[in-house]
Amino acid sequence: MELIAFFVLALLLIASALVVITHRNPVTSAVALAFNLVAIAGLYMVLDAQFLGLLQVIVYAGAIMVLILFVIMLLNLRDEVKPHPAGTFQRILAPLASLLFAFVIGRAVVLSAPSTFPEKAAGFGTASSIGQELFTRFYYPFEAISLLLVVAMVGSVLLAKRKVE
Amino acid sequence: MIDPRMVLVLSAVLFALGVAGVLTRRGAISILMCVELMLNAGNLAFITFARIGGGPEAQIYVFFVMTLAAAEAAAGLAIVIALFRLRGTTDVDEINLLKW
Repeated sequence: MELIAFFVLALLLIASALVVITHRNPVTSAVALAFNLVAIAGLYMVLDAQFLGLLQVIVYAGAIMVLILFVIMLLNLRDEVKPHPAGTFQRILAPLASLLFAFVIGRAVVLSAPSTFPEKAAGFGTASSIGQELFTRFYYPFEAISLLLVVAMVGSVLLAKRKVE
Repeated sequence: MIDPRMVLVLSAVLFALGVAGVLTRRGAISILMCVELMLNAGNLAFITFARIGGGPEAQIYVFFVMTLAAAEAAAGLAIVIALFRLRGTTDVDEINLLKW
């Protein structure tokens, strides 16, 4: 059952990722990316990380995708129709390089990772177990990341509001 | 039962697709979307390792990466808007003032 869910989700993930990187229309790309993020959330659920799966749907598929789609529609972007100035060289070499990259990483994990998951630890992936850690052992990183969010917020307001003639 | 290696290979493939997208796309927003794809592939690997290790640490890293991705998306899109105001385009081939 889990295996079937995994393979269906993996297929959806790879198909939607291909649409994201190949489709000329940015809106179609963004919708495919939203689909991809929801499929990843499904995969988190299959891997017993319910809390992060829900967070993925809320933060990524909700907030970040709305932001991206909003900016695409605000700027009224057209399709990328012009031929690539760098020519076919980059177009051919880039997929080859990334294929090689996937092969190297894939080989490394196949050789080193275990072949079965251990029994699920008690409370794995629940909001309470993550919250407990977050507010005790990871308290200072948590505060630091909240500072980062404030800086990003102020920075993006400053960047986007400035008028340039 | 799922083999952890399959999930890790899937995450490597997704990351490589993101890299290919960053290298071939020309719209700044499309490139940002491909970066999100790569961040998610990394998160997937983190969750797999969390499930193998059993501890909560790797899940907290995923939590932080998500926060980082939100900050990155906000700042990146603000830069894209400023760029569009200045140059009227988001095509990264046209924006080459700092290009060596």
